[in-house]
Amino acid sequence: MKLAVTVNEKAHEHEVEPRLLLVHYLREVLGLTGTHVGCETTLCGACTVLLDGVPVKACTVLAIQADGAKVVTIEGLEKDGVLDAMQQGFWECHGLQCGFCTPGMILAARDLLDRNPHPTEDQVRGGLDGNLCRCTGYQHIVDAVLHAAKKRGASAAPAPSPAATAAPGAGRHA
Amino acid sequence: MIPAPFDYAAPRTIDQALAALAEGGEGTKPLAGGQSLIPVLKLRLGSAERLLDLGRIPELRAIRADGDPLVFGAAATHAAIEDSAAVRAACPLFSEVAGRIGDRQIRNRGTLGGSLAHADPAADWPAAVLALEAVLVARGPGKVARSIAAREFFRGLMSTALAPGELLVEVRVRRPGAGGTAYQKVRQSASGFAIAGVAVVLEYGADRVCKRAGVGVTGVADRPYAALAVEKALTGRRLDEATLAAAAALVVEGVKDPLSDLHASGEYRLHLARVHGERALRRAAGLAPA
Ligand SMILES: Cc1cc2nc3c(=O)[nH]c(=O)nc-3n(C[C@H](O)[C@H](O)[C@H](O)COP(=O)(O)OP(=O)(O)OC[C@H]3O[C@@H](n4cnc5c(N)ncnc54)[C@H](O)[C@@H]3O)c2cc1C
Ligand code: FES
Ligand code: FES
Repeated sequence: MKLAVTVNEKAHEHEVEPRLLLVHYLREVLGLTGTHVGCETTLCGACTVLLDGVPVKACTVLAIQADGAKVVTIEGLEKDGVLDAMQQGFWECHGLQCGFCTPGMILAARDLLDRNPHPTEDQVRGGLDGNLCRCTGYQHIVDAVLHAAKKRGASAAPAPSPAATAAPGAGRHA
Repeated sequence: MIPAPFDYAAPRTIDQALAALAEGGEGTKPLAGGQSLIPVLKLRLGSAERLLDLGRIPELRAIRADGDPLVFGAAATHAAIEDSAAVRAACPLFSEVAGRIGDRQIRNRGTLGGSLAHADPAADWPAAVLALEAVLVARGPGKVARSIAAREFFRGLMSTALAPGELLVEVRVRRPGAGGTAYQKVRQSASGFAIAGVAVVLEYGADRVCKRAGVGVTGVADRPYAALAVEKALTGRRLDEATLAAAAALVVEGVKDPLSDLHASGEYRLHLARVHGERALRRAAGLAPA
């Protein structure tokens, strides 16, 4: 079937089998491997992308269901070499170790802040319950989201360039 | 995990969907949010020759919460219901239940009608529609709409009153009168499905005499059920501590063969349903937690 979809602001058209999952389309057809496959059973959230602006688990959406839609993956957040505020928050607060869960975490966390710009720590933990991390114990992820919330609140201007900051692990936990 | 091949069609109206269902016969399956059906197809626990995507039928997604009854299109997502301020004002039980399903990503896709049609014995919506005595509206080929009382809908393990070729199109919920509502569940910690869940609607006035009680229970038996003994023990009675405690003891009355799996034994589920049933009753009655 013909699939026409906009991914990270770029229009694509491909002939696909109806059974093709969105996550496989993104990774294998478009080569956007930032969207990860963890559990394949809708539990871990590593495959989270934005579909028409809302986070979904791309392992449990058919590519053809995204026909006519706009998809945003982790690759679509950085603009002109400047990280999105949430990416920057993960960088500054050391919100990742192996990084496997990170793309999904970041997209889910952005949506959380879009709906609730000033969440409490509990609301962050509850709001990210569709995303599992095997490394961090979550604390630094929660810190990163709260940090991004503060920064977003402080200015609507783009976050500072990552080049301006030190290596991962710098920032408040250095 | 890749499903076996199938065809796909995306009708734009309910009539087109019904015609395609009639023409396709048994191998044609409606696809709503896909949050139960796609996992089933991926694990190859089930198969389909053709999926009919209900996600592109605007009339199936509408939520009308300004009148009485409230009317929910079958393809309204859990998240759309969770986020609706009008639903929160008119029927807070629906908002509470919607917000406790799975996680946000699942709620962005999963639908009210898909959950009811799937009829998982641990799903949340069934408890709510049973407590509220909702009416489920189905349509089949050439037939006029058929109304099915929620309490007649769940027929057995993952089996419902929907006939082959029928679509669930609408859920109608009478606006609850003055009083309180609550949903308590113990979540299976990976998926969020209910190990035991109890939805309560209590209608009462300043005298605290219960005019109507509705109690729906999920996660405990092979199908979700209305706890009739609890409702009977409360209706016409003053909602005091002792009455609620006595009624809560009846939450699992008549359950002979409770669900039992690696997450929780049958006995434990019965215990949880009683304890959380009492908590839900207390919240709905406006009493402090015990
Ligand atoms: C990891 C995970 C966690 C979950 N946690 C919870 C939870 O905590 N609580 C909970 O209640 N649920 C939970 N769910 C299930 C989720 O709520 C599903 O969205 C829901 O059960 C099915 O709705 P759907 O719209 O996705 O339906 P689909 O998956 O598209 O369809 C399910 C079935 O219903 C049929 N169907 C769909 N719509 C109609 C219709 N209008 N008329 C007739 N037949 C129809 C389909 O043919 C299919 O057989 C979870 C699912 C996953 C994967
Ligand atoms: S890979 Fe999709 S939720 Fe885990
Ligand atoms: S950083 Fe390794 S899984 Fe989260």
